[in-house]
Amino acid sequence: MTDPILQLRGLEKSFGDMQVFKNVDLDVAPGDRIAILGASGSGKSTLLRCINVLETPDAGDIRVGGKPVGAVGSNGRVRYSERELCALRQRVGMVFQQFNLFPHMTVKQNVTEGLRTVKGIASAKADERALKELSRVGLADKAETYPSRLSGGQKQRVAIARALAMDPEILLFDEPTSALDPALVGEVLSVIEQLANEGRTMLLVTHEIGFAYHMATKIVFLAEGGIYEMGTPDAVLKNPQKPLTQAFLAEHQRFHF
Amino acid sequence: MYEWNFWPVLSESGILWAGFRNTLILTATALSGGLVVGLFLALGRLSHRRWLSLPAGIVIEVFRTTPPLVQLFWFYFGLPIVLAVEMTPFLAAALTFTIQSGAFFAEIFRAGIVSIEKGQWEAARVIGMNHAQMMRRIILPQAVKRMFPSMMERSIELMKTTTLVATVSYADLLFQANELAQKTFRPLEVYTVVALIYFISISAVSFLAARLEKRFARSGEITQ
Ligand SMILES: Nc1ncnc2c1ncn2[C@@H]1O[C@H](COP(=O)(O)OP(=O)(O)OP(=O)(O)O)[C@@H](O)[C@H]1O
Ligand SMILES: [Mg+2]
Repeated sequence: MTDPILQLRGLEKSFGDMQVFKNVDLDVAPGDRIAILGASGSGKSTLLRCINVLETPDAGDIRVGGKPVGAVGSNGRVRYSERELCALRQRVGMVFQQFNLFPHMTVKQNVTEGLRTVKGIASAKADERALKELSRVGLADKAETYPSRLSGGQKQRVAIARALAMDPEILLFDEPTSALDPALVGEVLSVIEQLANEGRTMLLVTHEIGFAYHMATKIVFLAEGGIYEMGTPDAVLKNPQKPLTQAFLAEHQRFHF
Repeated sequence: MYEWNFWPVLSESGILWAGFRNTLILTATALSGGLVVGLFLALGRLSHRRWLSLPAGIVIEVFRTTPPLVQLFWFYFGLPIVLAVEMTPFLAAALTFTIQSGAFFAEIFRAGIVSIEKGQWEAARVIGMNHAQMMRRIILPQAVKRMFPSMMERSIELMKTTTLVATVSYADLLFQANELAQKTFRPLEVYTVVALIYFISISAVSFLAARLEKRFARSGEITQ
């Protein structure tokens, strides 16, 4: 058994009065592909956003490579220094539902930006790397284009290339195909599938249950303030044990044919 | 019927050009200083640290809500009493209009910065940028394009307000015009020429600004 690269321990998060997580523990080992499912509002995005501290957890540990991120401050809450967060986020890449490409930069500049500004890599080297990542997602020919000229599927593939260029150990995908026309979903899923085949570690929030079944090594179903059911795709998706999971899957299969 | 005669004005036009030059120097000083002051005031005001946001907010509000002439007199006649500085008309004028336009620019900067979508901030953070990198590379370049029209409008406003410095004897265009009017007894012609100079130079700036704005709109910006 390899050591986990990411561990969550006793994670708690509330927004105002509403508690999203009571106590979440999760281990991510190298090569794990974890699909996160759950009803709308169950905290799928919040879980990903706590991992890279876009949302600050109220309590609990985030451990990367065995070491907890942040230090306990005088008020008993964990404080995260900017330096630590920048380091964490270079190890954990993220792809958003809304792509969030930088509109004032070309496709290539979107990909080189992190390399140059964050990693301080020289321009020629960064360009080379960007073109490599853009070829991987099939968009090398769009390098000099501005994002506003791309289709949604192309934008999302650029966003994936931008994340990959930073050499993250873990990739977080938050509903990467939910903002896309159905006809464009396939091209993005193919790229993610290819990354899965390369053995990359990833956490994927998705409503594409069929895709989750085929690519994930583990399914996490969120409900009632935490991980409600977890297991292999076969166990959770073909043979769910608990009522909310069963109801969720039944709802998703209603129009199956 | 009044008989127009521009000749005395034109033959002494060097006096006006000297004034115009001073007006441009003052405007350029206050503009460049104001942009820097404005950026820092905006960043200060947006900071989570209260010891930064509070003073920045006070400076912005005070300078936006007091008449520029009062500010000018305060710097020119008031400040030398508490600070042992020798106040020249130019220094007082430059200070007043730098800080005053800084206060207005700060609000424009702030509005521009907060108008940038949450997704842009998050995309910058998740590739590991620190706050300064995010502002410099992602947020400000986009914000500045959006702020450009209001910045131009404010700069033109600034150039017009600088006429107030004639009251503390800074030899700007209006001050020189007053001199020339007394000398030639041709106030109608003098102030007509002065109005024309403002009209032509400000229209030219507006025209260039509109062209630039179009260029910005074409260069990929708009939406993603
Ligand atoms: N910044 C925030 N402020 C207040 N409440 C929030 C915030 N972010 C999330 N929430 C609330 O927390 C709960 C979990 O939100 P989250 O976005 O994680 O759900 P989700 O499972 O990703 O839902 P969806 O499938 O709709 O994306 C929701 O009830 C949401 O309204
Ligand atoms: Mg979500």
